[in-house]
Amino acid sequence: MRTSPLGGPGSGQRVAIIDGVRTPFAKAGTFLKHLGVIELGKLAVSELIHRTDLDPASVDLLTFGTVIPSVLAPNPAREIALMPLLPKGVQAWTVSRACASANQAITDVADQILLGHATVAIAGGAESLSNVPILHSRGFSDALVAASRAKTPMQRVQSLAAIRPKDLIPVTPAIAEPTTGETMGQSAEKMAKLNGITREAQDALALASHHGAAQGTADGRLTAEILSIFPERGSRTPITADNGIRADTTAAQLAKLSPVFDRTYGTVTAGNASPLTDGGAAVLLMREDVAKAAGLTPKAYIRSYAYAALDPGEQLLQAPVLAAPLALRRAGLTLDQIDLVEMHEAFAAQVLSNLQGFESQRWAERAGESKPLGAVDRAKLNLMGGSVAIGHPFGATGARVTTTLVNELARRNGQFGLMTVCAAGGLGFAMVVERA
Amino acid sequence: MTEPTALSLSVEDGIAVLTFDLPGESVNKFSPAVIEEFTGYLALLERDQAVRAAVLISGKPGTFIAGADIDQFLAFRSADDAAQASAFGHTMMRRIETGRVPLVVAVEGACLGGGLEFALAAGYRLAVDTPKTVFSLPEIKLGLIPGAGGTQRLPRRIGVQAALDMILTGKNVRAKKAKQLGLIDEIVHPSLLREVAIRRARELAEGKIPRIRETRRRTTMSRALDDTAVGRAIVLRQARQLAMKKSGGNYPAIPAAIDAVRSAFAGSESAGYATEARLFGQLAMSSVCKELMFLFYATTALKKDAGVPEGTVVAKVDRIAVVGSGFMGAGIAAVSAQQGIPVRFKDTALERVAAGLASVRDVLREGLTRKHITRREYEDRVGLVSGTASYTGFGRILLVIEAVFEDLGVKHTVVRELEQVLPADAVLATNTSTIPIARIAEASARPERVIGMHFFSPVHKMPLLEVVVTPKTAPEVTATAVEFGRRIGKTVIVVNDAPGFYVNRILAPYIAEAGRLLDEGVRVEAIDRAMRAFGFPVGPFTLIDEVGLDIAGKSGAIMAEAFGDRIRSSEALARVVAAGRLGRKGGKGFYGYDEKGKRTGVDRAVYALYPGGARKTELSAHAIQQRLVLAMVNEAVRCLADGVVRSPRDGDIGAVFGIGFPPFRGGPFRYIDATGAGEIVSRLEALAATHGGPYVPSDFLKTHALASRTFYPPTGKPV
Repeated sequence: MRTSPLGGPGSGQRVAIIDGVRTPFAKAGTFLKHLGVIELGKLAVSELIHRTDLDPASVDLLTFGTVIPSVLAPNPAREIALMPLLPKGVQAWTVSRACASANQAITDVADQILLGHATVAIAGGAESLSNVPILHSRGFSDALVAASRAKTPMQRVQSLAAIRPKDLIPVTPAIAEPTTGETMGQSAEKMAKLNGITREAQDALALASHHGAAQGTADGRLTAEILSIFPERGSRTPITADNGIRADTTAAQLAKLSPVFDRTYGTVTAGNASPLTDGGAAVLLMREDVAKAAGLTPKAYIRSYAYAALDPGEQLLQAPVLAAPLALRRAGLTLDQIDLVEMHEAFAAQVLSNLQGFESQRWAERAGESKPLGAVDRAKLNLMGGSVAIGHPFGATGARVTTTLVNELARRNGQFGLMTVCAAGGLGFAMVVERA
Repeated sequence: MTEPTALSLSVEDGIAVLTFDLPGESVNKFSPAVIEEFTGYLALLERDQAVRAAVLISGKPGTFIAGADIDQFLAFRSADDAAQASAFGHTMMRRIETGRVPLVVAVEGACLGGGLEFALAAGYRLAVDTPKTVFSLPEIKLGLIPGAGGTQRLPRRIGVQAALDMILTGKNVRAKKAKQLGLIDEIVHPSLLREVAIRRARELAEGKIPRIRETRRRTTMSRALDDTAVGRAIVLRQARQLAMKKSGGNYPAIPAAIDAVRSAFAGSESAGYATEARLFGQLAMSSVCKELMFLFYATTALKKDAGVPEGTVVAKVDRIAVVGSGFMGAGIAAVSAQQGIPVRFKDTALERVAAGLASVRDVLREGLTRKHITRREYEDRVGLVSGTASYTGFGRILLVIEAVFEDLGVKHTVVRELEQVLPADAVLATNTSTIPIARIAEASARPERVIGMHFFSPVHKMPLLEVVVTPKTAPEVTATAVEFGRRIGKTVIVVNDAPGFYVNRILAPYIAEAGRLLDEGVRVEAIDRAMRAFGFPVGPFTLIDEVGLDIAGKSGAIMAEAFGDRIRSSEALARVVAAGRLGRKGGKGFYGYDEKGKRTGVDRAVYALYPGGARKTELSAHAIQQRLVLAMVNEAVRCLADGVVRSPRDGDIGAVFGIGFPPFRGGPFRYIDATGAGEIVSRLEALAATHGGPYVPSDFLKTHALASRTFYPPTGKPV
């Protein structure tokens, strides 16, 4: 029985995914390093508008996800919406839900469309890990604030005199859980151990990710979603593909890499984890009848979605195991009806743990299900690789995975697609899309 | 009075507020009637002892006073006539300056020419800082100098250097800069303009603000140059040298302006004003002024004429596509982005798109370098040009301009490809300079949607656009192309489809004859120098070097094929082209260029390519000028006779803005009118006896001369 509120086939009210576009994903510090979140977002949105022949005046709103906040532009979505291609009246807001931020943007838009608040909207996300803000220490900040409030020059000198040499060391935000202090990598390492995921299994998944992505790049299936970057500085050679994908990598090469987070007994390496990445992605969503009236052929429709959460101290990245059954139940579907699965790959260990969880009675019961979802057919999973190879700009990944899923589902003429995204804070996301 | 009047008066608590709102006009301007009305009000205020001070404010948003109504200049019969009008202006300004009632001007919008002269005479100048609020003395652009005291009051107010800069260039000064210069006293928010003006008027009346006071912020250097006789002499001499070098001595208003400014410091105040009036009178009667006024009227009339029946629907173009990312395509994309118009920028390979985008950025960066735009505006503009190697994003494009390689086959392919992706009502414009539009339209399933948009290189600098229509082109297609051309700041003429259209067609015999002069042994530099002296911005060989000899050669061949013996082939030109000298882009052409691209003079090697060897023929500058100019003028008349251009007006504008035909000569048709058609015919016939083809006067011209007709009415408004 269908319990989803998300419109229904024949209602004309479904949320249509018209198309998605993204920048090539670049390892941090490479060809996108001069562009911030706003610039990356503008590139994706501009190309999306052009490719879909969209009338910018029809856009009701824009929402964008990003994880590392900008101090200078606290609402980057609005800055993106203020690009000259769009009318100034496109309202915009920024969302943050860790690695599922762009998913949050997309589901926000879906909600707005279903509520009748909007009919045409752009959702996306961007992240620039080349432009992480470096902060002053607490001591230094306190002294500066005190000095700025000082009433006499003497007070000012006294405030500044309180600065100690250690206060001058800048603070770089770590990708760590505020509750547990655990870094993302340490969490993945812990999950590998708890779930018995071997180094070999992780490396095999990483290898498949690279080879799938390389294949998708070579035959153009993956690059179809990518806009061209025309660098303003340095080499003028246009960039049309992700630069983290390694077509020539081998199991032997991956096996040589040392574990990063547990050098003695660890299994998580730079090779089987997603790299720090810059990139932006955007998706155009419309109410079904409005899209049809505009003569557009949507790639797919959102059938259901679900978010879930668990204790970050337990298995930080295992919440998709709770979200996926919920999304499927809301869609009124079972896993065997799904033609294609896109899983965000933060770490190979996480993907394998999630897959294991899908088959586990214990996890099924935690999700409120009587029996497990079952095994995901690997021939339907991440066919063009995933974030391990393609890269993972936190804020953008959700829009990238959505785009990849709907494009490949359309190409294969499948009916249903499932995507999952794990996120910091013990959060998980799953969404079911349908065609026709 | 029952008729609507320009001024209205209200008096509040001893302060009179005069509101200037000329009925039936979009801007406020001074005509004799308006001045009379002003004078009447001034007398009224002077008499009314209850009025202590006055404010002048405009009732038209966006304009304060746009200057004198230049229609009145057409009525001057003599230099004395014009000088008298100037003196009349002086009297009114003097009254404002020294009358009992001090005046505050409250400026919102353009404050130009006589408007600025009025403001300079006022006791206090208040302005708002909006983009439309600009100050300038544009008289020089009409071959005149300010005639209502501007050359006297401006240098006294802001110093000789800054004043000369404004008077000699006619450039616009924004409020912020005007405040820095001391041209205005204060900037306020628009909503406070009236209120603060009244307050300042009261303060003037109470003596809290002295009527005579310094408004400049002074540096030691500016004091040394502006406030000492020696300093001013240096500034004036340098200005004269620079201006003469730039203008070639063809614009008498330039030395006159400098003389007038000098007179502001040379003797008594009244002698200064008398000098200004005398010089203004002389200039108003000059042929230069007459022709520049003609161009003003002609361009104004052209702006109202889309070349199609009135009421023709214009497509709402909110996004364009440019196909072909070469220099021209990039230029078109850049000027569109400058106007905030999104561009889909397509070429066959992304590498080519990248090169084109680099050119686009170069053009846009000029604005950034000159601080005309902010970094943010620059990035916004760059972001408007979206590169692609596929035909995605063409589904909503209502205007595409193709600027691909000049090859009919390539153009045909592009036309067919475009029609697969464009909406059926899109306009397909081609930027060809050599291929007839009808030939290109042969590949089209919708030839009525095909039109020529012939831009000139470099697109961001050249003001002209030729819109080329075929017999099949639909009126709304023409209207859309014209409208778009105007939006991106071009002066647009609509011409009929024929080889070379208009501009290149009249250029062809000019260039060919320049080549023939080489065959006859005349030196390259003698020809270039003579044509510059005639008033062209560059000589023909400099022009060829800039355009590129390959392109010039190709275009010449096409024109020769189309027009037979009117375009005579030049042996020397052919040899220089065949020698592979490409012009500036190849580092050598008729001139040599050093590694930095700086021109080093005529390359002596060129003379070895002359058919007559190193033999040199000396020909007077006048003889050279007549040879080249008459070839061009004769062809221009043929274009009118053939209906390529719709009117002498379009022909003159095309020549001035497309080729740089000397503006002070008005254009080829104005040149014929000024010289006399009969005289032109006899000069042509004399040249035809020796040189044949290009000089044989057309029947049209002969009939025109026989009937003693002129192309323009000899008196009154020219167009």
